[in-house]
Amino acid sequence: MDKIQNNKAWFLVLPVLVLVAFSAVIPLMTVVNYSVQDTFGNNVFFWEGLGWFQEVLTSKQVHSAFGRQLMFSGLILAIQIPLGILIALSMPKKGFWASVCLVLMALPLLIPWNVVGTIWQILGRADIGLLGYTLDALNINFNYSRNPVHAWIIVVTMDVWHWTSLVALLAYAGLQSIPQAYYQAAKIDQASRWKVFRYIELPKMQGVLLIAILLRFIDSFMIYTEPFVVTGGGPGTATSFLSIDLVKMALGQFDLGPAAAFSIMYFLVILLVSWVFYTVMTNLDKAEGR
Amino acid sequence: MNLNWMAWTLPTAIFFAVIACLLLFFTFLAIKYPETPRRGILMIETTRGDRLFITLLGSAFINAGWLAMSGLPQWWALGICAFYAAAVFRWV
Amino acid sequence: MAVTTNTYATPVRSFALPKIRTKHVIMVIYLAFMLIPIYWLFKMSLQTNREIMSGFTLWPQNPTLDNYRTILTDRSWYIGYINSITYVVMNTVLSLAVALPAAYAFSRYRFLGDKHLFFWLLTNRMAPPAVFALPFFQLYSSVGLFDTHIAVALAHTLFNVPLAVWILEGFMRGVPKEIDETAYIDGYSFPKFFVKIFMPLIASGIGVAAFFCFMFSWVELLLSRTLTAVNAQPITSIMTRTVGASGIDWGVLAAAGILTIVPGALVIYFVRNYIAKGFALGRV
Repeated sequence: MDKIQNNKAWFLVLPVLVLVAFSAVIPLMTVVNYSVQDTFGNNVFFWEGLGWFQEVLTSKQVHSAFGRQLMFSGLILAIQIPLGILIALSMPKKGFWASVCLVLMALPLLIPWNVVGTIWQILGRADIGLLGYTLDALNINFNYSRNPVHAWIIVVTMDVWHWTSLVALLAYAGLQSIPQAYYQAAKIDQASRWKVFRYIELPKMQGVLLIAILLRFIDSFMIYTEPFVVTGGGPGTATSFLSIDLVKMALGQFDLGPAAAFSIMYFLVILLVSWVFYTVMTNLDKAEGR
Repeated sequence: MNLNWMAWTLPTAIFFAVIACLLLFFTFLAIKYPETPRRGILMIETTRGDRLFITLLGSAFINAGWLAMSGLPQWWALGICAFYAAAVFRWV
Repeated sequence: MAVTTNTYATPVRSFALPKIRTKHVIMVIYLAFMLIPIYWLFKMSLQTNREIMSGFTLWPQNPTLDNYRTILTDRSWYIGYINSITYVVMNTVLSLAVALPAAYAFSRYRFLGDKHLFFWLLTNRMAPPAVFALPFFQLYSSVGLFDTHIAVALAHTLFNVPLAVWILEGFMRGVPKEIDETAYIDGYSFPKFFVKIFMPLIASGIGVAAFFCFMFSWVELLLSRTLTAVNAQPITSIMTRTVGASGIDWGVLAAAGILTIVPGALVIYFVRNYIAKGFALGRV
């Protein structure tokens, strides 16, 4: 649609601007202020310069948290994106069962994040949880609060349970937009199932999959509540991701300076990733002439 | 309203003032000389505002990298940023 | 779910016929994977704590509603639901009220810096709440809003306003511009046109946006827990502190969890076709 050039539209955007400035810009400015100072409470601050940044940037603890975070996000994407596509391809295309599938699949998405954590915390316990009990019966000593590998397994499984449906729903929406004529043409050409997927379905899903990857990357990158409830970041620091570390620093120990410097670096990474994806997405839209 | 909790300092105030001025300046430029998108070495369409964003974000990472790796005075990183900015506005 | 195989016997695309069984198997396994954890929580909510701890059972031996009775009669429990609903509704109304005109502006006009503004809104959706928890705590303490519902409602606009703007913009783009022009020619003022003509046209979009604002505010824990202490404490926060003298009462915890799923489960059927759109910020 051709849009009209009209700078008066700014007045319509003004309320959003004021509100978001209050809830985003002021806090971010405060974070920048804190990041260059030290405090012992009571709003008494001392100039610290770039010391906190240096500390955060060279800290082994932060590096390993960042590494864990990247590994987690990578693992999540590697599992959820293919699985989500598979589910989307397997879903009924229309009718009653399509609705049933949509509703049941979306259910985990609507559960408060700490309840998601509670569900898996219970499920993984050997005494009262189905998963833990079953594994125990199979002679696997599953204990996510002692064994780091088991902690990772339960956190990743939980996230797959929680969010794969999102990828599936997006991919499904992409599949629904493919005209029937494409499939008919493929059928006349006697294209194999793989060819249909590779040359018809995948290109048509490109846009939504990009959104899915972006959302899953960003949301897994800032995951806090679910692993916090299940493992509390442990055992040791095995599942302590960036947000868990940050909250511990900021609200647990009230180390304003280091927490603020950490926040800024964290935010910059998010900003970079969002920008790259946004640029790719808008350029893709332009190429498709949307 | 008490602003003590925001813990303003002169350097951070200057930092935000500079960014605000940059934004105002580029808004003024956009009114006076309307932006035309172009394709640079990144193979994406950018306007003047986009290039400003790339410059600022890139500068943040240059400064962080300099702080983490070099151990030399931070002013030098600002110098690199100036070159980087010039390059972005010329070629991106 | 075994019924699926029988009822869905007529494939839409006949060349997919050999695949049909695999598909059903995949779907059944996946849906089972989705539902078993929820079932497990539900099962535990129907058991007394003693029964849960005394032995492993696949279904409750003596189903009881005692846990639900505990929650619905104990003020320190049910007040959490009231608090949560209060700030979630406030947030939804606030987000929609500011997002509606903004989405209209984005969908109809080009203006100075529109693309950058749009991207900036997106970054707020992407920003980690953990980054904002501390400054929010300081900000709302200093303006005297700490431990009030409005503080949490305002804090949640951080990610809900961008979401609402994006979803609504997607719906508004689908309304032909001619409708606006005709209305102006007929002598409608902008506010009158917007409320009387335009809003009914995108009613479904408003409903979907409201659902998503409600949902994201409802599921969030970190900010709502940080910004409240006693008076506005949400149910999610109360749940994380249920450690009694004799350890955790799993039955009550499970019942509380099930009750938090209910609001979403009640309305999900109505928005099922828009879920993808909502999560994709209107870009599907």
